[in-house]
Amino acid sequence: MTRTDGRKPDQLREMEAKVGVIPRADGSAMFKIGNTIAYAAVYGPRALHPKFLQNPERGVLRCNYNMLSFSGKGNRVRPGPSRRSREISMLTEKALRPVLDLKAYPNAVIDVFVELLQTDAGTRCAGICAAAMALADAGIPMKDLISALSVGYEKDKLLIDINSDEDCGGATDIPLAIMPLTGKITLLQLDGDVNVKQLQEAVKAAKKGCMEIYKVQQKALKEKYGG
Amino acid sequence: MTEEITLVKPKEIVIPGQEIAQGMGFIPSGGVYREGDKIISNVIGISTVNGRVVRVIPLSGKYLPKSGDTVIGKVIDMNIANWFIDIGCANDAALNIRETPEFIELGTDLSQFFNFGEYLVAKIAKVTRNTIDLSVKGPGLRKLPTSKMVRINPSKVPRVIGKEGSMISLIKDKTKCRIMVGQNGFASIQGEPLDEIKAAEAIKYIEANSHKEGLTEEVSKYLDSLYKGEKK
Repeated sequence: MTRTDGRKPDQLREMEAKVGVIPRADGSAMFKIGNTIAYAAVYGPRALHPKFLQNPERGVLRCNYNMLSFSGKGNRVRPGPSRRSREISMLTEKALRPVLDLKAYPNAVIDVFVELLQTDAGTRCAGICAAAMALADAGIPMKDLISALSVGYEKDKLLIDINSDEDCGGATDIPLAIMPLTGKITLLQLDGDVNVKQLQEAVKAAKKGCMEIYKVQQKALKEKYGG
Repeated sequence: MTEEITLVKPKEIVIPGQEIAQGMGFIPSGGVYREGDKIISNVIGISTVNGRVVRVIPLSGKYLPKSGDTVIGKVIDMNIANWFIDIGCANDAALNIRETPEFIELGTDLSQFFNFGEYLVAKIAKVTRNTIDLSVKGPGLRKLPTSKMVRINPSKVPRVIGKEGSMISLIKDKTKCRIMVGQNGFASIQGEPLDEIKAAEAIKYIEANSHKEGLTEEVSKYLDSLYKGEKK
């Protein structure tokens, strides 16, 4: 069976990654998978205001996910915060938080801004991949990188890295983020119906796909520093 | 007892989560952590295995204050007894009136000593969880006259200074500027306007090419090629 864009069921879209794309930021990265393009910029550690948000024990991670108004498939995306973007900001933060060691930055904040220039499903995963690279570029101590990928089921057929046509066509969507070194999961969502066995298979396949993404991230990071 | 093996080449660039060595005989130092018998990198940087000690020298990141460091900072605020100085890390540093060479009575207008926006050279006296205390008592610690300021990544400061100061003296000789580089990556350059720009560009050039070998010669050639034939 071939898919809407001619890929095999277990084939990822073409990927591209670049680190240090925004000179003014402390760390930045671009991650492109198929037609989805995510830019992430990291500012900080810097002083956190208002003061009641500060944590004297460790630094605070603050993520912001945003789709640009022209990024969609024709309809203008209304700018500004929405229910969806706030949810994705929160889960980006939760997906990245387990690998970060922010003890050295008490009372400070690390701001991560994820902007989507072009969207074709899998935006939260592309955003997380870009944000992980940007955090590493900013020199924040991290246990591991994070790689993320969304898999899905269309008519009981497992598809890796689903695109917008498949997503809108009613496929079950399972975004997942892992720490490549240990294989531990930091994000797992499910939109649709699957049974336990199908979910287990999906997780296994997504982990395999994430390792391919990890290689791209690794290469991009080393390239910037001349490795 | 596991076998002790290193998994990277000497001076290889490593990224967070990359395994550097395996075996309980290794001792993790800065920039790495131990997970079971593996030593794993924490930051992006250059890995070094010196005997049994494994460490990663970070290539990016903001300045982490250490007591004893000489830094350059900018006065951004003051209250009755302290100046607050931006030294390029997450929290501002404080300079108390007791840490100045002369006696300052409480209630004096502090702006007559160090005013807003002025730069000064100071030593980090003490670092605690929430505070960074500075001192300007000591030789060479003073207010900086108006000069060109350049900010570079603090991890590149050793490269700008060079082995026994070779790089910085090269720039000083070629541009005839007075240059001072703080451990926090702030550099102050004083000289003729065109010379100042030359020195600043050379420092930026070193920052961008810090991973290269034989950089001193390259910088020398770069400085010679800059603004050729332009009059001061």
